[in-house]
Amino acid sequence: MAKPINEPAVRLEMFSQPRFLAATRALVGSVAQRIGFNACQCGQISLAVDEAMCNVITHGYDRRDDGKLWLNLWPLDTPPGIKVVVEDLARQVDPGSIQPRDLDDIRPGGLGVHIIREIMDEVTYERRRDRGMRLTMIKHLHPSPEVRAHDSSSSAQQRVQQ
Amino acid sequence: MSKAEELEIHAQQITDGVILRPIGEIDLSCAALLRQELQEVQNQKPARLVIDLGEVPYMDSSGVATLVEAMQIARRSGSRLILSGMQEKVLSIFEIARLDMVFTIVGSVEEATAL
Repeated sequence: MAKPINEPAVRLEMFSQPRFLAATRALVGSVAQRIGFNACQCGQISLAVDEAMCNVITHGYDRRDDGKLWLNLWPLDTPPGIKVVVEDLARQVDPGSIQPRDLDDIRPGGLGVHIIREIMDEVTYERRRDRGMRLTMIKHLHPSPEVRAHDSSSSAQQRVQQ
Repeated sequence: MSKAEELEIHAQQITDGVILRPIGEIDLSCAALLRQELQEVQNQKPARLVIDLGEVPYMDSSGVATLVEAMQIARRSGSRLILSGMQEKVLSIFEIARLDMVFTIVGSVEEATAL
């Protein structure tokens, strides 16, 4: 029987317990590898997912260990890549308020959103219908020319800022 | 030696300071242990604090935040904090966060103690 097209290939449900983040990273890295990402990219995608889940645990659930999180993974065909969706039942916030902080302000914390946006090609935060938030992240296996051009201009912009 | 489920931290006294050697992955589950160990070492106000990351295969932003805090404490107390032996995967998060130019990062403990 074929998999329903909208359902994720892999779905993991877990509680907001940091001790299981390592297992989540291993799962994500393994799926990314099977899709065709190289070792470096697999590590970065795992890092982005780790940061997303850390943000839910720390800010969404205020470090409570009984909050639910769902991690959904889809291989993408055209263009090839991976789609990762992290959902929770934590408090809802305005998606527009989730912004990377100014990196020139050297201080502990607040780097997660920047790391996620730096690694993944598409990042979308939204409120779930009833409760909680949904974060959708996409990483393309071979970035399109538009994405590559964007990356180049971002890098150039960063160099100018430095 | 301190130990969490997956992280061990060894401290070694040297002539002018301390070498702290975490072993294992540093993420949200164990960053607090590293922070506690760093605070204990920094309370002694060592002239030099080397954090040898040669056996840290993974670090997320909670680990990075802990090191940023340690760096700020070191600057305030006139101590020299040096990161050594960083693996490529760990270095990449410092680069993404543009912190690779903020920390003193060297290849080995020997380089760190000779600085």
